[in-house]
Amino acid sequence: MGRIIIDPVTRIEGHLKIEAVVEDGEVKEARSSGTLFRGIELILRNRDPRDAQRITQRICGVCPTSHSMAAALALDSAFGIADKIPDNGRVMRNLILGAAHIADHILHFYHLTALDYVDVTQIARYEGSSSALNSIRKFIERGELGPFIPRYEGDYRLPDRANQEAIAHYVEALNMRRKAQEMLAIFGGKMPHNCAIMPGGVTEIPTVDKITSFLWRLNELRGFIDNTYIPDVLAIAKVYTDYLEIGGGCGNLLSYGSYDLDGREADLTKRERLFKQGAVSAELNLDEFNPSNIAEQVKHSWYADSSNGRRPTEGETIPQAEKAEAYSWIKSPRYGAKVYEVGPLARVMASYASGSPKVQELVDHVLSELKATPTSLFSVLGRHAARALETKFVADAMPGWLLELKPGEPAYIKSTVPEEATGMGLVEAARGALGHWIEIKQGRIANYQCVVPTTWNASPRDDSEQPGPIEQAITGVKIRDETNPFEIVRIVRSFDPCLACAVHLVTSKGRKLGEVDIL
Amino acid sequence: MGGSVIEYPVIWLQCATCTGCSVSVLNSVSPSIKNVLIDEVIPGKHINLRFQATIMAGAGDMVIEEMEETWQNKKGSYVLVVEGAIPTAGDGAYGSIGEKDGKIVSMLSRVESLGRDASATIALGTCAAFGGIAAATPNPSQCLSVGRIFKLYNIATPLINIPGCPPHPDWFVGTLASVLLQGLPEPRDLDEHKRPKAFFAQLIHENCPRRAYFDEGKFAKRFGEPGCLNELGCKGPVTYADCPLRRWNGGVSWCIGAASPCIGCTEPGFPDLLSPFYQKLTEVALPSIGQSPRGGLTGGKNYYRSGNPH
Repeated sequence: MGRIIIDPVTRIEGHLKIEAVVEDGEVKEARSSGTLFRGIELILRNRDPRDAQRITQRICGVCPTSHSMAAALALDSAFGIADKIPDNGRVMRNLILGAAHIADHILHFYHLTALDYVDVTQIARYEGSSSALNSIRKFIERGELGPFIPRYEGDYRLPDRANQEAIAHYVEALNMRRKAQEMLAIFGGKMPHNCAIMPGGVTEIPTVDKITSFLWRLNELRGFIDNTYIPDVLAIAKVYTDYLEIGGGCGNLLSYGSYDLDGREADLTKRERLFKQGAVSAELNLDEFNPSNIAEQVKHSWYADSSNGRRPTEGETIPQAEKAEAYSWIKSPRYGAKVYEVGPLARVMASYASGSPKVQELVDHVLSELKATPTSLFSVLGRHAARALETKFVADAMPGWLLELKPGEPAYIKSTVPEEATGMGLVEAARGALGHWIEIKQGRIANYQCVVPTTWNASPRDDSEQPGPIEQAITGVKIRDETNPFEIVRIVRSFDPCLACAVHLVTSKGRKLGEVDIL
Repeated sequence: MGGSVIEYPVIWLQCATCTGCSVSVLNSVSPSIKNVLIDEVIPGKHINLRFQATIMAGAGDMVIEEMEETWQNKKGSYVLVVEGAIPTAGDGAYGSIGEKDGKIVSMLSRVESLGRDASATIALGTCAAFGGIAAATPNPSQCLSVGRIFKLYNIATPLINIPGCPPHPDWFVGTLASVLLQGLPEPRDLDEHKRPKAFFAQLIHENCPRRAYFDEGKFAKRFGEPGCLNELGCKGPVTYADCPLRRWNGGVSWCIGAASPCIGCTEPGFPDLLSPFYQKLTEVALPSIGQSPRGGLTGGKNYYRSGNPH
């Protein structure tokens, strides 16, 4: 029996370690742990509630925009203005968030994922006239290949021409993700860490020149998504067909819904959203989403058992490092006591199951291209395909939103910070369902809890010994070469983990399977 | 040509960070991030990025070995970039990067050993430069800046602070280019907080396009109104950075461009001494027309509002 330890797992956000026990070439057991503690929820306490949407963005510099949205929605509800946000504010929030998702998904596929499937060193044999590829050939000839070498070796399968195209797209995508962040900054002020999203709406007032400037960056990005991003995902899926069969995970999917299409319904679970709210089963049945079904279990997490089974509204975080059965600082959020995966696959399948014609058309097209069934989307490449499809779905909705904006009219409604209140903000971050819960006392933040996508996906075993989604996705997988465990990193990266988010209260790792070893 | 290119090895460590500094540097326009990493960003000179966990191809032991090999074999010739503050609680147990002989290695220990043998260290972002968000009250992991760590461990390696939450990509790329072209900065090139004066010599307030409103006494009372943002909490009068001139994300906008107050993210006191972000600065002698804004504003942290939330 061998053990594979990957520390650090790179090309993700944050500090993650994966341990897998391998027997006869197959993963028998897997554990994931975060390796950094900052304690942002503690830092938020006693502060002015309005500062939450600035400080929570600093939980994660990759998906700060989603945190500013979740915080603003939580504050809208705490301040009693959830149904009073001017349409300009609601729509600009959608546009800022949409720009973030486009940038994030392009970054994830090309710059965090692609190096698992494409071979940069093959460009040494390039003989064409692309200046980008020739500059990479020159780089290879100089002989110092960081940050592309070292890497896992032995499973790069693309034919030369497809591989060269993919590398050229890697370079082009660097510019595309930058342009998407510029598009975000047109209304958001800057990125990372936008300064425009506020409780009450958006500080910026839309003007015609900004709308036009946004639109034509968007159109360029839509061209890239249609003609490059989606075809590249399909090209890789057609060569690495075995990755449509592994990495399935838990089979249950949860979406809070995202992109408010209606500003007058205060209840976020009832609000009409572009991505639908819902819990989807492996059989693609859609159930209504009810946030009171969310509770966090801590049997295998280093927290006092007295905090077990709490809903986020009553969330408590009492670290207890010497707890015998624990092996992670991530809690185990469960929905109706069951394990759920969150992310693009959940969003796409919730909208697919709810009967959204646009999403059904997109998904069915990809399935026919890949000669696959909807259930094969529960896989490594299924997640990448869902991510690419939803990028198109959101980007295609955005021109209509731009035309809804009323130039020169307010995007913000003034409010006052209440002495005592509570609020809940539910939104979809690029990597999945994100919830913020705030409690205000004496006009200050008394308690702030975030339940973030990677807490769901990277959670440890729960009270009834059900492993978390990533653990389930790795378990049972055959590893072809234990010194180059491509399978593990490809599965983990398909979830697009974000450790800075998952680990608000995480500490040292340095623990072995079955024993706690804190340094 | 090929043989004459000088390689500059760089190790980029991510400590207690949100990765926002890395994401911001990816937004560099000209040179693009591809120009910085692949091409000779300065003719005849190439940045050889040997360790950067967000983008590097490898994972696990192999990348830790690459980092340690660079440390051992390139002593005195590699540049260390630190992103994020350094957790010191429990002897550094709150944050680690990789393992050695089956034991985790703390971020603290990495910064100490790699910092000591680097030719220069760049503390990138406000967390690395001053502690920042990671060190905000109550500082649960007892985070410290790179400068404080260097002082504690008697490390004399030249240090450049490039603050900002996040830092502007030009501040980082421009500093790197100046090191490649002219060598390490002279003391006169840095301010008292070791920030390059090329980017951090002037207050936001000095170059603010809303400055005329301030001089005329026209103040916005709510978001979206014309007027100086002073009463909505703007920290521009106490914040050194060239954002109003440089603007962000390819120049499309910046914080005050989005009608949102500056929150002082390049300052050593960020965030505690500069928050609440939406509360008016108090106890600050603001300049009037014709007066140098510096006259009333320099001289230590007492110019920040005293209403620290804690």
